Amino acid sequence: MYVYLMRRLFTMIASLLAISVLVFVIIQLPPGDFVTAYITELESQGEMVSEEKIAFLRRQYGLDRSPVEQYVDWILGILQGDFGYSFEYNLPVTEVVGDRVLLSIVVNAATILFIYVVSFPLGVYAATHQYTWGDYGLSFLGFLGLATPNFLLALVLLYLANLWFGTSIGGLMDPLYIDQPWSLSKALSVLEHLWVPVLVIGTAGTAGMIRRLRANLLDELNKQYVVTAKAKGMAPRRLLVKYPLRMALNPFIADIGNLLPQVVSGAVIVSAVMSLPTTGPVLLAALQSQDIYLAGSFLLLLAVLTVFGMFVSDLLLAALDPRIRLTSRGRR
Amino acid sequence: MSDSRPLEHHVSRAPFAPEDDHVLTADQERLYAASQWTMMWWRFRRHRLAVASGAVLLAMYLGILVSEPLAPYNLHSRNVDFIHAPPQTVHLFHDGVFVGPFVYGLDYRLNMTSLKREYTPDPTKVQPLRFLCRGDPYVFWGLIPMDRHLVCPAEGGTLFLLGTDRLGRDMLSRLIYGARISLTVGLLGIAISFVLGLTLGGISGYFGGWIDNVIQRLIEIMRSLPELPLWMALSAAVPINWDPVAVYFCITVILGLLDWPGLARAVRSKLLALKEEDYCTAAEMMGAKPSRVIGHHLLPNFMSHLIASLTLSVPTMILGETALSFLGLGLRPPVTSWGVLLSEAQNIEAVVLYPWLMTPVASVIVTVLAFNFLGDGLRDAADPYHHH
Repeated sequence: MYVYLMRRLFTMIASLLAISVLVFVIIQLPPGDFVTAYITELESQGEMVSEEKIAFLRRQYGLDRSPVEQYVDWILGILQGDFGYSFEYNLPVTEVVGDRVLLSIVVNAATILFIYVVSFPLGVYAATHQYTWGDYGLSFLGFLGLATPNFLLALVLLYLANLWFGTSIGGLMDPLYIDQPWSLSKALSVLEHLWVPVLVIGTAGTAGMIRRLRANLLDELNKQYVVTAKAKGMAPRRLLVKYPLRMALNPFIADIGNLLPQVVSGAVIVSAVMSLPTTGPVLLAALQSQDIYLAGSFLLLLAVLTVFGMFVSDLLLAALDPRIRLTSRGRR
Repeated sequence: MSDSRPLEHHVSRAPFAPEDDHVLTADQERLYAASQWTMMWWRFRRHRLAVASGAVLLAMYLGILVSEPLAPYNLHSRNVDFIHAPPQTVHLFHDGVFVGPFVYGLDYRLNMTSLKREYTPDPTKVQPLRFLCRGDPYVFWGLIPMDRHLVCPAEGGTLFLLGTDRLGRDMLSRLIYGARISLTVGLLGIAISFVLGLTLGGISGYFGGWIDNVIQRLIEIMRSLPELPLWMALSAAVPINWDPVAVYFCITVILGLLDWPGLARAVRSKLLALKEEDYCTAAEMMGAKPSRVIGHHLLPNFMSHLIASLTLSVPTMILGETALSFLGLGLRPPVTSWGVLLSEAQNIEAVVLYPWLMTPVASVIVTVLAFNFLGDGLRDAADPYHHH
């Protein structure tokens, strides 16, 4: 277990480093930088910008040095908790990020939980009742769920809520609590509003997981040991829970590796559509205005969130299944 | 021995032909003589939903070849008197008399209390549709100036089957033109991802060793990244002032650039299994180069699987483009894709008043569903020798 943990930790750190380089390259890609954009804006307002001021701005933001130096600066700062400065908000990035990362984690975790809690019983039902109306119904819903892009689902839900109730279901808490310090009632309000985005983001994942669990379980149910146990008169429920379900459960849980990036991706666009106070809308705005540090921080945070989530789930899985921790690289 | 007395046991008097046991019925003959691709076709044909989806997609792709005559209006034709006009329904009978397909003309009134534009069908204005008629002039395929349309409104009338947008442009026509971009983005993106996945997966699986290790780590990292935020970041990096065509190509490259790891992984695992086969060793012994062994002997083995899995990843691309354009990071007007059309529906208040702005949602879902069903059918058919 210890060896496995160390190896896994090492790959995670290597991944994070590679990701940070990638993120840095991406945010450097657009031609020009913030200062050029800022200066064009000033000039369009009729303000004259002197060469000296440009040079000063560049020096202040460290834009006059080589990319490698800028990267090292950036990554060292992040390790010390300094994510740089948001040009757009005129605030340190950490202050803009604030609660949003926490809320993002809450939304993502709730969605993952929702997917597992819903798809598990439904998947088992579909497999044990193969070719019944219930199974067909679930398959149909699954196909529809997979084919409906989540941001369009969000849009349709917003539209219907507006049409039927005349209210907006956007947001993640009662407007009362926005910008208020955290309290129990605020947390409760978040919980109350959480189900809509969770439902929207989780639909596709749930549909996929139901299909997967159904296929896994059906594979197991058709094996000979099940027939033997049945022939020996084992009670059906006990038979199901004791052997095939356990076997089918492992790939089901291991699939979090595919699920997590998908959920994080979905959350970004759904929260942009539903204007949730999570990372999505700010990332979008930052990308549009080329607010480099802000966009980079959010991108990095999202990637770290995903990679770390996968790390944790891998450890849990290894604790659950000795085959994983004992073979050097067994999985996928 | 006497000739007249029959033997004690039964002997068949029919002429003896040892091959008789092996004679095949016509059906079996057909089955054994069939090539792999024929068998796949037979198998695919049994999958009704997949065949229907394939037909729908084929019709859509043929449709984008002839968008101009297919659409009743041009992409940018504005009807300034009909802003946010609701969809008109086609009728056949007027006052119980058969007139052929026609629409009722719209009467416009500004509701002074809600300041909403209100259009009501006027039962006295019968506007029969015209077919193969002269309408907005266009340049077919950018070469031939023409003005024929499949269907046009009556002279001086209107024909908005899906309503109009905030500039009075016909939604149906824009949807038909938008399909051009939305449907091809997926194909181009998939082509890029196909080449990348095949090359990297092929190298990784065939050569193994350190290069395999490097590529595998790369794939692991790429798969652990959330796709959409990266797409967003990359397309935000595309300069706004570029030519629309260049932006379109950039977006397809971006979509294809992040999608290859799944494919590369599949190619690698297949190659790893197949390169141990005897025929592969034989080819190597005879001095075949790696590219020939891979391309000539190994690839055809799992080409059908690749095609099936490619079909299943086209919808991801289409949705990616739709999402990006919807957010304003992908394609921008005047380029028109379904995502660009949908970005007009971002304002939920406008959508509640003019729900027909949401029609692109339906076309996106139909396309994605069709690709999914087609891919499922292809995947089942990809291995015709395998029986459940």
